[in-house]
Amino acid sequence: MTSTFLPDKRSGPDVALPPPTADAARGRARRRRLHWLTAVGFQLPALVLFIVLVLLPILFALYAAFFRWGGFGMPSDYTGTDNFTRLFQDPVFLGDLWRCLVLVGLSLALQLPFALAMGVLLNQRLRGRAAYRMLFFAPYVLSEAITGVLFSMVFAPDDGLADHILGGIGLGGVGGEWFADPSSVMATLFLVMTWKYFGFHMMLYLAGLQSIPAELTEAALIDGAGPWQRFRNVTLPLLAPTLRISVFLSVIGSIQLFDLVWVVTQGGPDHHSETMAVTMFQYGFKRYQVGYASAISVVMFGICLVFALTYQRFVLRRDLEGATTTMRGDGT
Amino acid sequence: MILVLVGAVMVLPLAYAVLSGFKSTDELSTNPFGLPEHWLTGNYTQILGSGDFWKLLGNSTLIAVATTVLVVAVSALAAFSFARFAFRGREVLFTVFTTGLMFPFAVAALPLFLLLRSLGLLDNPLGVILPQAAFGLPMTIIILRGFFRQIPGELEEAATLDGCSPFGFFWRVLLPMARPALGTVSVLAVVTSWNNFFLPLLVFTDNTWWTLPIGVQQFQGQYSAEYARVFAYLVLAMVPALAFYSVAERQLIGGLTAGATKG
Repeated sequence: MTSTFLPDKRSGPDVALPPPTADAARGRARRRRLHWLTAVGFQLPALVLFIVLVLLPILFALYAAFFRWGGFGMPSDYTGTDNFTRLFQDPVFLGDLWRCLVLVGLSLALQLPFALAMGVLLNQRLRGRAAYRMLFFAPYVLSEAITGVLFSMVFAPDDGLADHILGGIGLGGVGGEWFADPSSVMATLFLVMTWKYFGFHMMLYLAGLQSIPAELTEAALIDGAGPWQRFRNVTLPLLAPTLRISVFLSVIGSIQLFDLVWVVTQGGPDHHSETMAVTMFQYGFKRYQVGYASAISVVMFGICLVFALTYQRFVLRRDLEGATTTMRGDGT
Repeated sequence: MILVLVGAVMVLPLAYAVLSGFKSTDELSTNPFGLPEHWLTGNYTQILGSGDFWKLLGNSTLIAVATTVLVVAVSALAAFSFARFAFRGREVLFTVFTTGLMFPFAVAALPLFLLLRSLGLLDNPLGVILPQAAFGLPMTIIILRGFFRQIPGELEEAATLDGCSPFGFFWRVLLPMARPALGTVSVLAVVTSWNNFFLPLLVFTDNTWWTLPIGVQQFQGQYSAEYARVFAYLVLAMVPALAFYSVAERQLIGGLTAGATKG
């Protein structure tokens, strides 16, 4: 695991220890500098791409959020924190925050447990296990936009597949408006998200489950633990690192939801399915209030940052211990 | 039993779309579930016969391949440096890249659009390729760095003794050994690029460079009353992704789980 490209540790014919003279010291310093340049040289292309196209835009959004600006020329009409005050009085944006919370809550309460249940089921020896695994994960590779169009047809009011099925099993009155009704639009979107993403989380859990040594479950079995006890006291604690990552990805995913909503409802009816990203898009690209839209970006960024930092600090701490120095930060 | 039920729910929308594509729009409302009375292939052949669909497919392919080549090449260099060199500022740099994992793309979308506009990259495939590669860096670097670290140090010593420069070692020894990992990150990059919607939506103001996801959305808007045609189009748009998945399933899942557990 050690690197031989370490300064002054090279074992080669040219590194017979030189006599300690000022000259040699200079040579060593030069070699060290050269080594540093080589190491950083390899990073350069990635750094340039990343700084110009990821970091700079984000910093610029931070700057532009303090101006009233239409997006042409440089921002000049400085308005201080006006954009933010306006933002937190904007019912649509407050609704975005609320809807974001609802999606996160639903994902954690329903989607992930469902994925876990499926993962545990498929971790047993069953006929057709591979086929189910493949099928459950398949929607993950479809574009969110394409998934959105598909389900806007499935949930087409009164004539789509969903209503026909409900009608077929004698629940004709239950369906109906789906995406067109303010009270059901979020639930329907969540259904689609679950269809698309639960397989991804299930795959993560399966990978985690497979790394649990069989001896442990067998030992619990010998100790007379029932299936629920085994799951509760052996499987779940050992799966914890995977669960923590999965929760993290799920939350970040909910915060940035855009494609699906844009394709299916564009945030309607009457803003009832709008997300922060959709609101930002509306203001920035449709109404040319770029300063205001930047403020939305900044708040999104802030939410992600605060969430990631607290999450790492309190939840991932044990998993990440030493993660920057060894790749064994995944609890194995 | 539960599995069968869940499986059915998963398959239904897809099967429904395939079958509906073989029907006429009138038949869709009278006979939503059953097999088509007459298997009409017209919806499918019409789409495949027009050049539009193929152009979208070509655009999506070109952008995905270019993004992947760029992001993997640049990440491999950086990951090599992170994995095999000890130098001042390494941890800081690595942290900078890893923080990129928690920015949603939407945060940078607006300034990125303005930047691309001032660089004259709107309606230019580079306007999608470069940012996609940039946003793909963190994940790719993390996965490759982990892999490069597993290559035994003795190999490096041997190569150095044989007069290999660092780049020579990287090029002749490390990359050939890292083929599986390169495959994994490439598959991830292809799928991500293929499904991207937000960025092409911003960058391509006219239809010259549209990719499939944009095409599907536009097609639905254009033929909103002709359900059967939209279904046929949807199915054809899904085929490449599902085909790719069936071929590269292992790499994709390997990449996702590696990225998630080491991210």
